[in-house]
Amino acid sequence: MIGLIAHNALLLSAAVVVFGAVLTPIAIRTNRREWLQLTYGAVYTNFLLVSLATALMIVALVIHDFSVSYVAAVGSRSTPLLFTVISLWGALEGSILFWAWVLALYAAAVVWFHRNRPGNLVPYASMTMLAVAAFFAILLAGPADPFVPVWPVPADGPGPNTLLQNHVLMAVHPPLLYLGYVGMTVPFAFAIGAILSNEAASNDWAILSRRWMLASWAFLSAAIIAGMWWSYEVLGWGGYWAWDPVENASFLPWLTATAYLHSVMVQERRNMLRLWTLNLCVATFVLTILGTFLTRSGILSSVHAFTTGTIGYYFLAFIAVVLVATLVLVAGNAERIRTTGTLGGVASRETVFLLNNLFLTAVMLTVLVGTLYPLVAEAIRGVKVSVGEPFFNRMAVPAMVALIFLMGVGPALPWGSTTVAEARRRMIPPSIGALVLVAIGVLAGARGMYAVLAFAFVGYAAVGNLREYWIGVRARHRAHGENWGTALVRLILGNRRRYGGYVAHIGVLLVALGVTASSTFRSEREATLLPGELLTVAGHTVRLQSVWGREEPQRSVIGATMDVLGTDGVVIGTVEPRMNYYHVSDQPVPTPDVRSSIRGDLYVNLSAFEPNGANATVKVIVEPLVPWIWFGGFVIVLGAVIGMFHRGRRTTIPPAPMASAPLPEPRVMETVP
Amino acid sequence: MNWKRATIAVFASTPLIALFAYGFTRDPGEIPSPLPGREAPEFALEVFAPGEAPLARRVGDTISLRELTGKVTVVNFWASWCLACRDEHEALSETARQYAFSPTQFVGVLYNDRPALGVNWIERMGGQSYPSVTDERSRTAIDYGLYGVPETFVIDPSGRIAYKHIGPITSSVLRSWIDSLLPGAATDTATELETR
Repeated sequence: MIGLIAHNALLLSAAVVVFGAVLTPIAIRTNRREWLQLTYGAVYTNFLLVSLATALMIVALVIHDFSVSYVAAVGSRSTPLLFTVISLWGALEGSILFWAWVLALYAAAVVWFHRNRPGNLVPYASMTMLAVAAFFAILLAGPADPFVPVWPVPADGPGPNTLLQNHVLMAVHPPLLYLGYVGMTVPFAFAIGAILSNEAASNDWAILSRRWMLASWAFLSAAIIAGMWWSYEVLGWGGYWAWDPVENASFLPWLTATAYLHSVMVQERRNMLRLWTLNLCVATFVLTILGTFLTRSGILSSVHAFTTGTIGYYFLAFIAVVLVATLVLVAGNAERIRTTGTLGGVASRETVFLLNNLFLTAVMLTVLVGTLYPLVAEAIRGVKVSVGEPFFNRMAVPAMVALIFLMGVGPALPWGSTTVAEARRRMIPPSIGALVLVAIGVLAGARGMYAVLAFAFVGYAAVGNLREYWIGVRARHRAHGENWGTALVRLILGNRRRYGGYVAHIGVLLVALGVTASSTFRSEREATLLPGELLTVAGHTVRLQSVWGREEPQRSVIGATMDVLGTDGVVIGTVEPRMNYYHVSDQPVPTPDVRSSIRGDLYVNLSAFEPNGANATVKVIVEPLVPWIWFGGFVIVLGAVIGMFHRGRRTTIPPAPMASAPLPEPRVMETVP
Repeated sequence: MNWKRATIAVFASTPLIALFAYGFTRDPGEIPSPLPGREAPEFALEVFAPGEAPLARRVGDTISLRELTGKVTVVNFWASWCLACRDEHEALSETARQYAFSPTQFVGVLYNDRPALGVNWIERMGGQSYPSVTDERSRTAIDYGLYGVPETFVIDPSGRIAYKHIGPITSSVLRSWIDSLLPGAATDTATELETR
């Protein structure tokens, strides 16, 4: 019954989105505003229908309605409620349903917020989103239908993939990722809408889509960090990033989205890079689809690949359509979109932004090539290769280190131009920061060139960004006599975009510092311990207390209870690494225990044990500053949130006064035909 | 709309789409073996587990592939942490014993493991008839393109790899390959490969 209603809701939603997408250009061509209202109605209706189907799926999962195919595939009576609900995105069909729902939500929100904007930008953007929604609706109606009736109804199901029901972060990472990934459709829709409505030659659409991009970017950043955290907490190898194709798939659009967030500022301020910014919007969306295709269709082998089916062919067709359609639109209109602004001077903030975009794009292309290379090599040379960490570390890390440096240079330089002497003077405080952090790093034992450079640039950029706050706060304190706290809050609220950006920078620096320190100073040891025996790694000592077993409804748990000893041999805590044996799988799921402090993590994983409890083999890893990565993720999101809620849009931005540069063309809002 | 540019853009995107379409014809899980039929990579590795008479070798001795020319050599990569290796242990050990007086040599190569743990494992499994060697920094495993353990290679008397087996091997598979490769066997390797 549930399946039947939901299935029909999905069929109806497919009809509604196709209707809305087809009606939009007709309404615009024939200039029928009331028909446009109908297309907006289609957007809202689609949201209601997909919401209904998604809600019914959750109900079916919770009440264990095994007559629904998806529930029969991923449900189980013994799975705890939380993991039952979140298995909505635990397998292919459910995740496509969830994707369609997030997309419907975004489309409805965009249309609702911008429905009164004159011109054809919003209708065309809504049409683009409906067209994308149509693809997912078609998938849900046929090849990825999660509501196929199952007969006879099974009494119980296998439960979700064991790796996905082992940690609560699985309730966080996928929805954030979908919100980020799917959200990239909105700037893309604005870009396509801008071309179709002849508004691409103004900067307005880019500023309009900026806030949506920022929101999606914040979700995606949080999702990537949460994914790293999950992999760290669940997979038991003590790492958080392995350049797996699916990690790359989430990183690629993040890079272009980050580039967009910077280039849009140059577009706004200097009337430059308009075509480039538009390309970044489009590329970000294409990369999200490409990433999903690569990792979900079974074309590349990845830990995340779902079972292959016919769905890959649909994705291929969709990618082909998206690529061809956007390339035709962008390339065909490139000349009209191009801008005429020029650089103010070499030592200026826009130069740094150009370099920032250059390096971000370089990293993106490197990661893309590395991800696709196995496929290319097999197609051309007929050999199987795998591209692993060494390639990515060698090729992408230098550019990422350079980007950290630019994060320190950019805020210190003004828009327009400045004298070399002035620029040099502004570089002095960050350089001191660099020296301090390098000294700390080298004293702690860092030797590799990139590690030392990373420490230097993190220190440099941290001072560079914090100094902006210091200057602003001091100025307010002196001018208005405000106390320091008030001055800081008012400073941020006064220019949220700018200071939100600096907060996000600090977040990225925290992540960079955590990654550098934990990869440089990581120490690990593995040993087989008898109860009472000690193992010391990098000044941390653990003692095996006991090895135990416990039965739970859906799994058997083997654990080792270990004392953590302080320097004086006193017990300061316990860790309990476990191994979970789910009844549905032969593979045990390692469940390391992590003891975190501000200085770093003590990471203990149970690798083996004697069934009689006589001994346990544990791997102990000491990784400094790992929690800083997770904390940095929060700071990044905080920065994005500050930047998102800036008051109103700047209407006039005076170009920085200077003699050397020609005046930029005035910002003209194109009148819409 | 500049249709010339648009057309160029469309053509530029076709290789990418073609590449993805090609991707569907491949199975990413399939692991090819370039080795069978080729010359086996040379190795010279130190014995850490002696094996049992009459196949025993002294601990610390070096077994090299060169000295095994003229014999059918079975190289088995294993590890104490490998569950599937337990399943094939009996088959390997027994088959080695059965061919003890034919020109054959079985060698176990310990993969990503400590010799002490390996010795311990052999003890618990009730012994191993043939010697096992250590593979410093997995050099030999890399030469043989090892993807995981267990993997077993059967090398013919001229030093070519006749067969590669992924996963636990059985005594019947081992016996049929050794029989066909022993000097004087009726069929030659090439036809044998085809019929299989």
